[in-house]
Amino acid sequence: MTIAWASFTPLSAFLGGCLIGLAALLLMAFQGRVMGVSGILGGLFGAASSGDRSWRLAFLLGVVGGPLLWQALSKVPIIWQAVASGPQFYIAAFLVGLGTAIGSGCTSGHGICGLARFSPRSFVAVMAFMTSAVATVAIVNQI
Amino acid sequence: MTRLITALIIGAIFGIGLAIAGMLNPAKVVGFLDVFGDWDPSLALVMGGGVLVNAIGLRFVLEREAPIQSAEFLLPTASSIDKPLLAGSVIFGIGWGISGLCPGPVVASLLLNSNAMLPFFGMLIAGLLLGRIVMRRVAARHLA
Repeated sequence: MTIAWASFTPLSAFLGGCLIGLAALLLMAFQGRVMGVSGILGGLFGAASSGDRSWRLAFLLGVVGGPLLWQALSKVPIIWQAVASGPQFYIAAFLVGLGTAIGSGCTSGHGICGLARFSPRSFVAVMAFMTSAVATVAIVNQI
Repeated sequence: MTRLITALIIGAIFGIGLAIAGMLNPAKVVGFLDVFGDWDPSLALVMGGGVLVNAIGLRFVLEREAPIQSAEFLLPTASSIDKPLLAGSVIFGIGWGISGLCPGPVVASLLLNSNAMLPFFGMLIAGLLLGRIVMRRVAARHLA
């Protein structure tokens, strides 16, 4: 293992992380909801009431618009470098949706919210998806 | 209406946080997951900062009788560490490792990189719907 010091961005990572945590905190404080993106998306389908659906849509709209607003105001372009293409890209997308639905959460729900509540279930989930993601990257890099 | 406006603003704070943190760049995410290669530890600080702020704030927020704009705090009730939790998380990790994309950043990049992200989002929703069917079956089997 070597550390990629050239790409290490501790300050912006920590600052961005704090904002993500603040958003999770505010959603609990105002709406009493866990800020898990896979759960918020999943709740759009099925037997949700229209009131329940509308706060989910409003939140997601904010998530879509926030980075656009940030990019316009800061004039700093948001970098996007793809790592997968073709069939792998779409298989990965399907697995992300499938896995978070079966595992009841993703990086935001289990990671930011579950860990902050000291939930043993979320701790196990985070360990499981981190280990599996690290192993996947190691395998992909060998191919 | 005010409830929807706060949800929109909170979503925007989350999206801006993801952008500043570097989470919207799949290559950076994979750089963090590449522990055995050239490792970029940045995203550990994203999670650290997020958990820290949320954990400290929740101590005060959850003291309240109810949330500011709704009747009750809806916290997850499941507590067992079961097969779906483990299997689902492992499956999610594989997709995350291949693409460098998890659900939050996918939504946040929908209009930034719509050519790539709209089809990705479509496949993610397809997987999510299948996952919900699987979970309904699992729940039905437990009741039977």
